[in-house]
This record gives sequence, C-alpha cells and structure tokens, in this order.
Amino acid sequence: MFYRLSGVRHTSYIADSKMFKVPADRNLVVVFLLFGLVAPFLVPSLYLNSYMLPWLIWTAATLGLNLVTGWAGQLHLGYAAIMAVGAYASVHAAKFGLPWEVALLIGGLASSVIGSLFAFTALRVKGLYLALTTLAMQFVMDWVLTHSPAISGGSHASLQSPTFALLGQKITSDTGLYYVAFGWCVLVTIFMLNLKRTGLGRALVAVREKDFAAAILGVNSFYYKLVAFAASSFIAGITGALLVVTFYFLAAPEQFAVNVSIQVLAMVIIGGLGSIIGSYLGAALILLMPGVVNQLFTYIASVMGWELGLETLAHIPNAAYGALIIIVLMVEPMGLGKLYANIRDYLMVWPFDQLKK
Amino acid sequence: MDWVYLTELAVNGAMTGLLYSLVAIGLVLIYKSSSVPNLAQGALTMLGAYVVLAFSDILGWPLWVAIPLAAIIMFFVGMGIERVALRRLAGRPVVMILMMTMGIEIFLRSTTLAIWGGTSRSMNLGVSYDPLFVGDVLLNRVYIVGAGVAIALFVVFLLFFRTRIGIRLRAISDDYMASWSVGISVERGVGLSWGLASVVAVAAGVIWGEVQGVDQSLSILLLKGLTVAVLGGLDSIVGAIIAGIILGILESVGANFLDPLVGGGSRDLIVAMVLILTVMIRPHGLFGRHDIERI
Repeated sequence: MFYRLSGVRHTSYIADSKMFKVPADRNLVVVFLLFGLVAPFLVPSLYLNSYMLPWLIWTAATLGLNLVTGWAGQLHLGYAAIMAVGAYASVHAAKFGLPWEVALLIGGLASSVIGSLFAFTALRVKGLYLALTTLAMQFVMDWVLTHSPAISGGSHASLQSPTFALLGQKITSDTGLYYVAFGWCVLVTIFMLNLKRTGLGRALVAVREKDFAAAILGVNSFYYKLVAFAASSFIAGITGALLVVTFYFLAAPEQFAVNVSIQVLAMVIIGGLGSIIGSYLGAALILLMPGVVNQLFTYIASVMGWELGLETLAHIPNAAYGALIIIVLMVEPMGLGKLYANIRDYLMVWPFDQLKK
Repeated sequence: MDWVYLTELAVNGAMTGLLYSLVAIGLVLIYKSSSVPNLAQGALTMLGAYVVLAFSDILGWPLWVAIPLAAIIMFFVGMGIERVALRRLAGRPVVMILMMTMGIEIFLRSTTLAIWGGTSRSMNLGVSYDPLFVGDVLLNRVYIVGAGVAIALFVVFLLFFRTRIGIRLRAISDDYMASWSVGISVERGVGLSWGLASVVAVAAGVIWGEVQGVDQSLSILLLKGLTVAVLGGLDSIVGAIIAGIILGILESVGANFLDPLVGGGSRDLIVAMVLILTVMIRPHGLFGRHDIERI
C-alpha cells in the first residue's frame, strides 16, 4: 500500500543494487532529512538542545558500534573508551591551537589506532571472550584516564573544551551546534547505507556469519575485522569529540565510563543488530525513556497518593532501563528495526497477503 | 625486603581471593550447564545480601533463620530468571544473551536499591574483629570465615556432582543432544543450576556484606568474579578456587609494589590486566575445557 511496488522493475544489476529499491523508502528518508533541516525552526530550542542534539550524536555512536557488532559480528564492550580517546585527543589538539577540522581528524585517527589494538584481541578470540577482553580494556582505559592528570586535566579531572569553530566561523548558537550534530549524523548514516552495497559490507557480513567459512571463500577475516574495528573507532572518536564540544562542553572521565559502553550496546541491541533505522529508534528509546518513566511515576504517585522516597524515585528510571532491555529481548530479540521491517513487509503486499493463505 | 609483611599480604590476599571464588563459583555453575555468561551474578549477590537483611534487620529474625530462608527464596528467584528470560534466548547469538544478563543486572540492582535504599548497612554476623596472630602474621577473622565457607561450598559441590542429579548436570554440560536422547530434562537441569548459583550468591552476599557492608558496591564484585572464573576456566569449579587464590595473591602483593609507582588504586588495574592476559594467552583458562570449533 504505502510501499508501492508497481512499476519497480530491475532489469540490470546496477538497478538491483540501488540504495532504495522501493520509492517509498527514499521518500521516507527525504521526509526525515527535511524535518531534520527545518527542526530548529519548528522545535523549541530547549527540546532541540536537550533531546534532538544528543539523540543525533548518540545515533552516530550507535551506528558506529553497529558497524563492528551488527555487521562484522565482533562484540565490543569498550566503545565508550574509544569515544574518550577521540574526545580527549581532539580537545587537547584544539587547546594546542590547531583548527577544529584538524583536531577532529586527529581525534578520529587516535581512536582508530587505539581501537585497532582491540582488533588484535579479535584475532585471537571471539564471542564471549572478546566481550570480556574489551570490557577489561574499558576498565584499563578508565583507570588511565582517572590516574593521569596530564590527559584528564588537573585535579578536578575535567577538561574545558575551547569554543567550537568550523571554517573559521565560531559556532556557539543552539541552532549552529544542532546543525553540526545533524551533519555528522547524516554523514555516518550515508556511509552505513552504502556499506551494505559494497564488497566491504558483504565481506563483513561473511565474517559475521562464520569467519572460518569466510576464510575458505577467500575473505581474509582478520583483515576485515581490523577494518571494521578501525572504521568504527574512527566514527567513535569523532562522535566522542562532537559529544564534548556540542553537548557537554567539558570532558570528564565519567562521561565515558563502562556504563556508557553498556548503554551504547543497549542502543544497538534494542535497535536491532545491523539495522540503520533501528539505530535511530534504539538511541531515541534509551535516551527518552528515563525522563518519561520518571514523570510517569511522579504522576502515578501523586494520583494514588503514595509517598515515594527520593531514593526510590532516583532508582526507578534505571530499573525501567533494565526492564526495557529484558522486555525487548524477550519480545523481539532482533530489536525495533525488525519490528519496523515486519510492518513494512506486511504493508508491502497488503491487502494481497491474505490471498497467500 | 620484609618477608613477614609479604607473607601477611600473600595470606590475606589468598583469603580475599577465596572470597572472589564465592562469586566465581556461581558464574561457573551457570556457564557449565548452559554456556551462559551470567553478568547478573554480582547483582544476585547484592540481592541475596539485601534479602537476608530484610529478614534479620527489618523483621528482626535471627540470622540462622534469615540466611536459609533467603537461600530458599533466591533459589526460586534464580530458577525464575532462567525460566522467564534466558530459556527463550537459547540458541541465539551470544551478544543477545550477554545483553540479557546485563539487562537483568541493571534491573535487579536498581530495583533492590529502589526498594531498600542505597545507604550502607552492616551484616552483623557476630564474627569478632579482634586481630588474630599466627606467628607474626596478622589475620582477619572475617576473611578466615569467608575462606572457610568458600572451601566448604567447593567440597559440597564436589560431592554434589557425584550424586544422581549432579551426574545429570554433568551430562547436560557435556552434550545437550545426547542428554535429551537419554531422557534427561535439559531445561530443568539448567534451571536447577541457576537456582544453585543464586544460593551461592546468598553465601557470597552474606560474607561480602560482613566484609565491606551491604550496599551497591556488592554488584561490582562481578568483574573480580569474572576474572577468577575465566582464569580458572569458565567450566571448572576447581579452577575457580585455585584461580581465586592466585588472583588474590597477585592483587594484594602486586598492589603493594605497584601502588607507590602509580599513586594508588592499582588493584583494579591488576585484575583487568589478568583478565586480558588470560584471554590472550590461554582463553580456556587453567582448568577449563578447550573447545574445538567445527565449521
């Protein structure tokens, strides 16, 4: 119905490997792109800065982790540590006096180098053991950050970021910062959309499904694991740097602690492994949910006349976050992206799918 | 070189290590039967301690009633978690199982804190805090009790795996298909191992609650328990005990040398490095089974 297939005929391989095979998909993307562009004029600036901007940045981070976990199938529990490397490298480079374009690039490359170290673990082990090693590496990185004042910035362990500027233009307004985040998120999304269509993407999927089998087919699985880790770390580094310059305005070790790693992984899993629209949905759900649940509970408590302690209220959003992960995995282990795909598949042939039975 | 001091560090380290083994045994029990890495073991430990406190502190019952009662409740909590959450994920990729146990961890920890609050309470086991001197070496009585409990549990499980039910669990950990075909209920066995792991979590929660107070920090024991379990081999209970002793000694003696160099706090670093090095050098641990992968 909405995804009209009439007139969609693929008569060549080029046509078959088009990015959007169904016009409705393309139209949907265009609509969201337009909404993203005019959002600063539609959405009040409070919502723009406290919901839209972090959502876009975390989506970029989720897409980056999805590249290594969803596409290449390598578990990664140290993603926040990699983001921290990029953030600190960029802020230090910018403080040193380099322009922000170069500083961001340095952040990305620094992350890429450290992130590739994680890949050397992936050469040796996989699955659970890889997850445990990356988790341990996250702890090592946390420890290094909190114990080296030269990196984390003195006794208060916080590092003020210099004013952000691109092409010599200082960017301080809410709208400007939003467009920076929006631009980066769009760039990452375009990269991920195209990844599916390239040889690299297909090789990554082959490695994910079974790395030995991929090796027999002539896919050098270690090389592609390394590429996946390096590329996703590059995205992580720039995302971490942008998170600091557009949202937090100062870098502190606890912004990149182990629970942040778990949160990004939760976004990937709830969104769906290897799903791009799922990454958007997963990031939105995880970011918005604590606030919504908190308001809901305060409202219910006021209606029912309960006396909820401050401590209880403080822990309820976290409990709901855990429950959300459990419920999504129980109901649809492939995540929200799969739910969207199910609806799309249903509507694609509606009302004719009744005829199949 | 002060040998008396070093011996003291090593002995106390070994006993702390045995306390880590208490957490590790729970992990091993579950991994052995179902290949599920239970990242919620730390939260189960914390929940166990809080349930004991709920009986002894709030209702005012004596500890010898509270602890067995808590163990029974936690046994069913563990079975329930397996039944509701983990069973339907069987056969899914490990990333989903990991995420599920992590979600359970977050949920249990926050729910516990939401119900009972985060202020640190004491367990009051009644173990004296007077120092105990063996020769020149100063020992902590609570640690001795904890190490005793760890070794006792180890012996109990050694004997348990020779009983009829224990043999069934061993068969399940060996081969699902073969167990099914000879009429062993794999589901019930896996559920049982979750229940047993939760009972072990009560023991760990009581001892650790006495050592460092009952609060949120109990769930952080997970990393140390995991390291011990991986070092010993994820499916070996003997490994969990021996690796606990090794990690405890490494941690306490190593921190003694490293702390002055790096300015304190090197214990966690040592634990993380042991975990990384174990996985890099010998992923199946000291006593674990080395699985060969087929295509």
